[in-house]
Amino acid sequence: MEAYEGESIAIALYAIGIDVFSWSPKLGRPRGPLCMIGKCSSCFMIVDGVPNTKTCRFPVREGLRVERQRGWTTPPPKPIIDEVESLEIKTDVLIIGGGPAGLEAASILSKSGFNVVIVDEHFKLGGQLLKQTHKFFGSVDLFGGMRGFQIAEAYVKNLLSQPNIRVLTETVVYGVFRGGLVSAVSPSKYYLIKPRAVIAATGAQEKLLEFPNNDLPGVMGAGGAQTIMNEYGVKPGERALVVGSGNVGLIIAYQLLQAGVKVEAIVEILREIGGWFVHAAKIRRYGVPILTGHTINYVVGDSRVEKAVVVAVDEKFNPIAGSEKEYNVDLVLLAIGLEPDARLHAQAGALMKYIPELGGLIPLRTRELETTVRNLYVAGDSSGIEEATTAILEGRIAAYSIMSKYSDGEKAISVEKELDKTLKFLWDEYRSSPLLSRARRGKELATVSKEEMEELRRKYPPPVEFR
Amino acid sequence: MNLGEIMLDMDYRRRGYIEIEELKELGLLPPRDRLEKGPVAVLECPEQIPCNICAPFCPTKAIQMKKIIDIPRVDWNKCTGCGVCVAVCPGLAAFVVDLSKPEADYVTLPYEFLPVPVKGDSVILLNRRGERIGVGEVTRVWERNKTYVVTVKVPKGFGMEVRGIWVERR
Repeated sequence: MEAYEGESIAIALYAIGIDVFSWSPKLGRPRGPLCMIGKCSSCFMIVDGVPNTKTCRFPVREGLRVERQRGWTTPPPKPIIDEVESLEIKTDVLIIGGGPAGLEAASILSKSGFNVVIVDEHFKLGGQLLKQTHKFFGSVDLFGGMRGFQIAEAYVKNLLSQPNIRVLTETVVYGVFRGGLVSAVSPSKYYLIKPRAVIAATGAQEKLLEFPNNDLPGVMGAGGAQTIMNEYGVKPGERALVVGSGNVGLIIAYQLLQAGVKVEAIVEILREIGGWFVHAAKIRRYGVPILTGHTINYVVGDSRVEKAVVVAVDEKFNPIAGSEKEYNVDLVLLAIGLEPDARLHAQAGALMKYIPELGGLIPLRTRELETTVRNLYVAGDSSGIEEATTAILEGRIAAYSIMSKYSDGEKAISVEKELDKTLKFLWDEYRSSPLLSRARRGKELATVSKEEMEELRRKYPPPVEFR
Repeated sequence: MNLGEIMLDMDYRRRGYIEIEELKELGLLPPRDRLEKGPVAVLECPEQIPCNICAPFCPTKAIQMKKIIDIPRVDWNKCTGCGVCVAVCPGLAAFVVDLSKPEADYVTLPYEFLPVPVKGDSVILLNRRGERIGVGEVTRVWERNKTYVVTVKVPKGFGMEVRGIWVERR
């Protein structure tokens, strides 16, 4: 088959109508696109004989052999690559994740002369900015008014002009080890990285919802559909139902309309719309209904969603019998929230806390975003779900905090000043909006003072540190 | 309750569209005599979103915001109805309304769909609830970073109702 250069395998297949990538091991149920950002197993296929290959993260190239996978398969009998190149890298700062937080930190640190290594699983930098086609809110100096993918382009252009930055794409960081060593792999290389500081800005993944047949292809994360249509220009389906009316659900509904997909409705289990009014108004004026007090009941289909049934709920969120409504849709997009992906922080031994307001488990941190693992920082959605602008600000804070440790004299004073300014803007101005009060409360619960941090380190000594 | 909480408690958060009465109550509606004088911006942005994009771009400095979470307020006397705010508002919440002409009203709104409308096109007029309320004529189209700013001539009396257009595929 033919595909465009720069597409992933999963996208190239989806574009020609292949929406079943594998069958589940026990029941043989079809699996199709779900997260499309390398966080789930739904796009696993056998690529050049290698099973369990994440096809959403694998760029197409001439001569690739791709097979659908049936359940568990055996590993290939002989090695696919004859020799894996093994590399040891010493660097000032390792940044894990090339989304808005990681890119902002990389840009500040490399401009200030630090040696920076930035790693991302995807074959290009940008994180979820790549699929954001709407204009960003905020202020002009925080890229407000620019579209997300344009922000990614601006960052990448800026980074490529820096001599002291090393970009490792298609590379997965899989562990932090004693002695402050970080291991990463790409399809042909193995890296052992020794950084003096680490910013792990590892993002988030979409939450799932339980309902009958929720595993049918066509049920996807809203972000999965966004990747398909906005990053790659492929129409994800013909008729959609969106579950959840937070900003993600509202924005995806608008972008579906732009892609020529009919949006039958957005269902919202609460009594009012979750996201910002302006995003709701944008889709209401094109006639998309937002059904508050409703949820998805079940979906029906053979190898893909063909029908979705929604139902009204009472005050206790129990379905009201007889209120079912049926929609003939081939897409059911879940926009019910994200959960931070802080598995790497946890693996490194950082002290974690479950904070519902932030979407799940996150590392405790100082105001400067340092975790209990000395010189391991957290920023962006992996520090608790907010959005891209706060991710940029957190990336900036982590970068300035690292800089302030390694500078002295005049330089130290000016860095401290910038750090202070950013912290004040984020906490006292940006997060003072009543629309952000829930996330703000979460971030307050996740943040400890310097003294508390030292106390935590004494009580729960982390197994590693960076220096 | 503080101001922010009161606004979060209004009905538009349940409906997803705002009523003209609510805009008036929030002080977001230009006075009648100003509306009848000529084109003027109407910013249907009732929540304290941390965003101030419209303010620095306003060529006549008619939009004032002290803090990033302030609700944008238009100085109706300084506003010339140029439509720059329509082009830059990330929430697509800025409109320009001209009720000064005797034969028709004019509404300038953001449009981000294909096909791109061109001057002279007949387009379907949509109100805030997405209802098709008539047909209008495109009188001007310009673009800024992929947002098209479209002025449509609408039947007299529809200037405060029309907030969307739909261009049928040619």
